[in-house]
Amino acid sequence: MLPLELYNGIESAWCPGCGNFPMLKAFKQALAELEIQPEKILLVSGIGQSGKFPHYLKCHTFNGIHGRTLPVAIGARLANPALKVVAVAGDGDCYGEGGNHLLAALRRNPDLTLVVHNNQVYGLTKGQASPTSDQGFKTMLQPAGVPYPPLHALALAVAQDGSWVARGFAGDGEHLTGLYKQALTHQGFSLLEVLQPCVSFNKVNTYEWYRQRVYRVEAEPGYDPENELWAYQKAKEWGDKIPIGVIYRKVRPTLEEAHPALTAGPLARQIKNRPVSQLLADFF
Amino acid sequence: MAIDLNILIGGAAGQGVHAITLPLAKALVRQGAQVLFVQDYQSRIRGGHLFNKVRVADRPLMASREGVDLLVALNQETVTLHQEELSPEGVIIYDAARVKELPAGRPAVALAHEALLPGTQAGEIAVNAGACGAVLGLLKVPLAPLLTLLTETFADKGAQVVEWNLKAATRGHELAGAQKSPCSLANLTPPGEPRLLISGHEALALGALAAGLNFISGYPMTPWTSVLNAVGQRAGRWGVVVEQAEDEIAAINMAIGASYGGARAMTGTSGGGFCLMTEALGLAAMTETPLVIVESMRPGPSTGLPTRTEQGDLNFVLYAGQGDFPRAVLAPGTPAQGFALAVKAFRLADRYQLPVFLLTDQYFGDTQFTHTALEFPEVQPEPAPVPGPAEGPYERYALTADGISPRLLPGFGPQVVVADSDEHTPDGHLTEDLAVRVKMHDKRLRKLATLVQELNGITTGGASAAPLTLACWGSSLGPVAEAVDRLNKSGTPARMVHLSELWPFPQAAVTAALSGTKKLVLVEMNATGQLNRLLRQETGLAADHLVLKFDGAPFTPEYILKELKGHI
Repeated sequence: MLPLELYNGIESAWCPGCGNFPMLKAFKQALAELEIQPEKILLVSGIGQSGKFPHYLKCHTFNGIHGRTLPVAIGARLANPALKVVAVAGDGDCYGEGGNHLLAALRRNPDLTLVVHNNQVYGLTKGQASPTSDQGFKTMLQPAGVPYPPLHALALAVAQDGSWVARGFAGDGEHLTGLYKQALTHQGFSLLEVLQPCVSFNKVNTYEWYRQRVYRVEAEPGYDPENELWAYQKAKEWGDKIPIGVIYRKVRPTLEEAHPALTAGPLARQIKNRPVSQLLADFF
Repeated sequence: MAIDLNILIGGAAGQGVHAITLPLAKALVRQGAQVLFVQDYQSRIRGGHLFNKVRVADRPLMASREGVDLLVALNQETVTLHQEELSPEGVIIYDAARVKELPAGRPAVALAHEALLPGTQAGEIAVNAGACGAVLGLLKVPLAPLLTLLTETFADKGAQVVEWNLKAATRGHELAGAQKSPCSLANLTPPGEPRLLISGHEALALGALAAGLNFISGYPMTPWTSVLNAVGQRAGRWGVVVEQAEDEIAAINMAIGASYGGARAMTGTSGGGFCLMTEALGLAAMTETPLVIVESMRPGPSTGLPTRTEQGDLNFVLYAGQGDFPRAVLAPGTPAQGFALAVKAFRLADRYQLPVFLLTDQYFGDTQFTHTALEFPEVQPEPAPVPGPAEGPYERYALTADGISPRLLPGFGPQVVVADSDEHTPDGHLTEDLAVRVKMHDKRLRKLATLVQELNGITTGGASAAPLTLACWGSSLGPVAEAVDRLNKSGTPARMVHLSELWPFPQAAVTAALSGTKKLVLVEMNATGQLNRLLRQETGLAADHLVLKFDGAPFTPEYILKELKGHI
């Protein structure tokens, strides 16, 4: 195991008590246990409080724009398959602004991890509904409550054969570290949604609210994450009981395998002289 | 007498207009002709009428012209729509099964399946190959180059298909050879230096490959798609990662991610797709990630005329994105310029770490020009950034005199590379320190001062000191060059000044090129004279007269000369 201090980043600007803190701690723990050096991992983030996550670590960082973490992460993976890549997004970032990229990533199956910080609210813009806000959730912008049901992103991922689909809870750090480790070592697209309370703008879905509801799905007798229909039921389960753990798993070829150019290594090492006389041959 | 012949090949989509044009045009080039052909795939008429217009001459061609000398009609519509354009000596070659009404008294060659390939199931092959042969027969061009080309083209379709093609072409050549010709090309001789036939977008794609392109992401959109296809077809051979994105937003963000990761990356689109890309354009600029973007214009706004041409997005690429940031805009006028400017785009993007546009249009992209291989020199690609020293902290955005910070790639050394779309400190971390903001903003914009010294891109033509100047940019080069040539031949001294490197504006070079001008005419394919506005903004000079066109069809020399009447 590597020392945790190795991953120390700049000083945080998150609110005290933010659900992101235990996530950062669990993530560092996972990196240290897996002995992934800071210079071997790239974190790509977007905009929202989750977007700051890589800055508070020591790692390669690309903090892009809202909703576009996945395409940047996929581009970086395809440029250098030796790099471990993690896309860090929020519920608004990934399920709202960048929804199309999630659909496409599920189809592509790039060998990278997507972590979605889900606090069921927009924190950075001070409290509007997010795609995962529960129906009836009241905000300044939705004073009568959110009129429609939340997005069941994990069910969507199961329906599209996402190759590794899981949910964690920021209030269960040890369990979360295990999930991070599995996600980081999975071959293919790993989607880890983490329930992460917003202490400033979500007074409903608090640590206590989640604690009363979450349970470890692997504790359910005989649960098989390779059973698609069972997984689908678990992915849609939301209310009095909320499952955490690995919900679905399916072996699929990765995006990287579809690009033969990558067998020769990072593209930066493949900038070669191409004879123009040969390039022109088709045109005579 | 000088040869200058226009062949129009028309039919319904899927009938083989292109299958006829390409071997025919290549055979003419191999025989020593200069060829330029434009594609027109209009869809305003039910049935989808489309045509290619092949201009053939014995001297270099830069533009299409009006009129038709030889009409190859695969359907009745082609005859009906284009018979009025026929010159007095014009001849029609037609598919006898589909064309029933011909203009009275006009010489014509009928192509019938039973006469070309009797008793076979050759389908469209008979008339298509027959038409190629017939055109060459009529023009008194030997059959051999065509037969070689048909053999090469259809080799992978099997011996039977090749045999049918050769037989139909030979029969078509015989049939038409007996007819009176509008023009004889019998005196042409194959060139000493082999010539090639290439479109603007194909040449641009080859330039990108020569510059080391190894990653391209894009979403299909006419007319940009032909760049993506030209790279895609060659990707396996040259080791390029090609990813069709789910939308243009993904396309540009992927290319940015790939470039950050060390790939030599390009993306592209047309106007509507570029609307979606603009947020990430700023991301490339803010993170100082090298990126080449092809913006291939078509008439807007909105869906506009999807398959037609215009130069209406110059303002858009110059100003797209929030805030001030450096960028470069290059607009090639010929395939050779497309190749050279693609190479230059990658060099500038890499050295200055910013977005560089290749601004093209449907006319430039689809039109095939005759070139010699000498116009496509060998290229030494810029090397990739290398890992830096092992000691000391790394600052991705180190403040430097010229604004260019040493660039490292993630994963090649002990340093971590931190890039951010937020305003950031030199080490790449987000900041709200307003003094740092000013320093960083200055640093990014400072790159322009060095960059502008690398730009010139002026092509001149005609009478060098003439008081009348026709200025233009991008794909208008050919038609303007020919209009200027015709003006000089008819006794009106005139010169052309063509700009292919538009931003940062090469103010000194343009001013020098225009010096001595008494009457300045700007010739642009848009409604408002976008280059004229830029010229006035950057030099204080402005046009005395504008020749504009925005009906979607490309400029012809005839149109430009007509629009100049009464103004020169």
